[in-house]
Amino acid sequence: MTIPECADVAVVGGGPAGLTAAIESGRAGCRTVVLDAGITPGGQLTKQIHKFFGSRTQGAGRRGLDIAADLAEEAEANGAVIRTDSTVQAADQSGRLEVLNGARSHGGSPEKMQLEHIRAKRVVLATGAEENAIAFSGWTRPGVMGAGAVQTMVNIHRVLPGRKVLMVGAGNVGLIVTYQLLQAGANVRCVVEAACDIGGYGVHAAKVRRSGVPILTSHTVQEAHGDSRGVRAATLVQLDEKWEPVPGTEKTIDVDLICIAAGLRPNIQLSSIMGCRLVHSTDLGGWLPVHDCSLMTTRSSVYVAGDASGVEEATAAMEEGRLAGVSAAESLGRLNEVRASGRRRRIQKRLAQLRGGPLGESIRGAKHQIQRGQSI
Amino acid sequence: MRINQHPVLGRADYSKMITVYLDDRPIPAVRGEPVAAALYAAGRRTLRFTRNRREPRGMFCAVGRCTDCIMEIDGTPGVRTCVTPASPGMKIRTPRRGDST
Repeated sequence: MTIPECADVAVVGGGPAGLTAAIESGRAGCRTVVLDAGITPGGQLTKQIHKFFGSRTQGAGRRGLDIAADLAEEAEANGAVIRTDSTVQAADQSGRLEVLNGARSHGGSPEKMQLEHIRAKRVVLATGAEENAIAFSGWTRPGVMGAGAVQTMVNIHRVLPGRKVLMVGAGNVGLIVTYQLLQAGANVRCVVEAACDIGGYGVHAAKVRRSGVPILTSHTVQEAHGDSRGVRAATLVQLDEKWEPVPGTEKTIDVDLICIAAGLRPNIQLSSIMGCRLVHSTDLGGWLPVHDCSLMTTRSSVYVAGDASGVEEATAAMEEGRLAGVSAAESLGRLNEVRASGRRRRIQKRLAQLRGGPLGESIRGAKHQIQRGQSI
Repeated sequence: MRINQHPVLGRADYSKMITVYLDDRPIPAVRGEPVAAALYAAGRRTLRFTRNRREPRGMFCAVGRCTDCIMEIDGTPGVRTCVTPASPGMKIRTPRRGDST
């Protein structure tokens, strides 16, 4: 069966990377479609109610949800079509995408969902990341939730899933969601972090501590207690330098929400089934598709950008999306080499700034190795 | 619990309240919010019990990936309540042992 091409560039995922990819490819004159599984474009930006750092090009000083709306508007102004509630649930190695439309709006009536196959000359995978879960006794109880889930409920739907909270993980996500839970009126009893150091930015950790929430490093959650109505308490335990529980240090606290912020890993389902070669990088969150500095994967019609190409901040995702959009447009002959490489140089300069400093060093190193085809 | 007043987001807008039915009991919901959000706001966190061990399950990922939150909606079993928008008169049923979910 031949499927007509619906676009020059199909962008999978309408978050910070996908929207900026669409802006660049649309601006270059490519017919561009963005396929997003959510109801509103913007991806994780739609639940970021804090102001961003970075520079003006990445929306510094503005809140994530406002940046999301601006990027979507700019993508459409550049001719891109944004389709929401469109989940790309499969793809094959020829680049054909299988799209399920209406899975959200019509979840209760499957006969109204619509399956569609589409084809584009280039595919940009901007599928973001997935949360890591951690398993402990009782972790399946209602009231144990991923940090992303808590953020969605609190910041988008304004529902507090618990009043007394244990936060597990002191990376940026754990620290920011702790602060957002406090803003929403919850009592965060403490933050536990298995590592001996706080992983997130010092400025976020200071804010959490100033609000009176202790951060216990070398500690983790051992058990969630509860009944048929969900979590009622949590047992914490101290870890030794080999991350083994220290007997006798168990302490049980009264909580009704245990929020897991144990990091993210690139979402590689589509890149994997499309036949892109994968590589593992601990610094970038796990397995990810091999890509060059134009963000092309080992399949020449498939590009990758944002957390799907290695977990970083949304600011970096916005720059990577632009890079992928420019590269895809150039490969289709819509941008000449001089203009494309000029644009890429400017974007790469901003990316280097974002990855500057000691915190960006490991990311910079890992990206450098992958993009030069060296094994890690 | 709903967050009525928020330092960044301001006062909540409850002009679009509707009624849905949880096991025949009326529950208020904001039109279009995920069914699971309405249930959590109403104090209901256990959305189903597992088929064999009867362990309680609630909302875990809230992005439609983990399927822990599936319930029966308007007669369809196995619907992900965390990504299904609430609509007026929706009938939500807690899956019980013996159900296909």
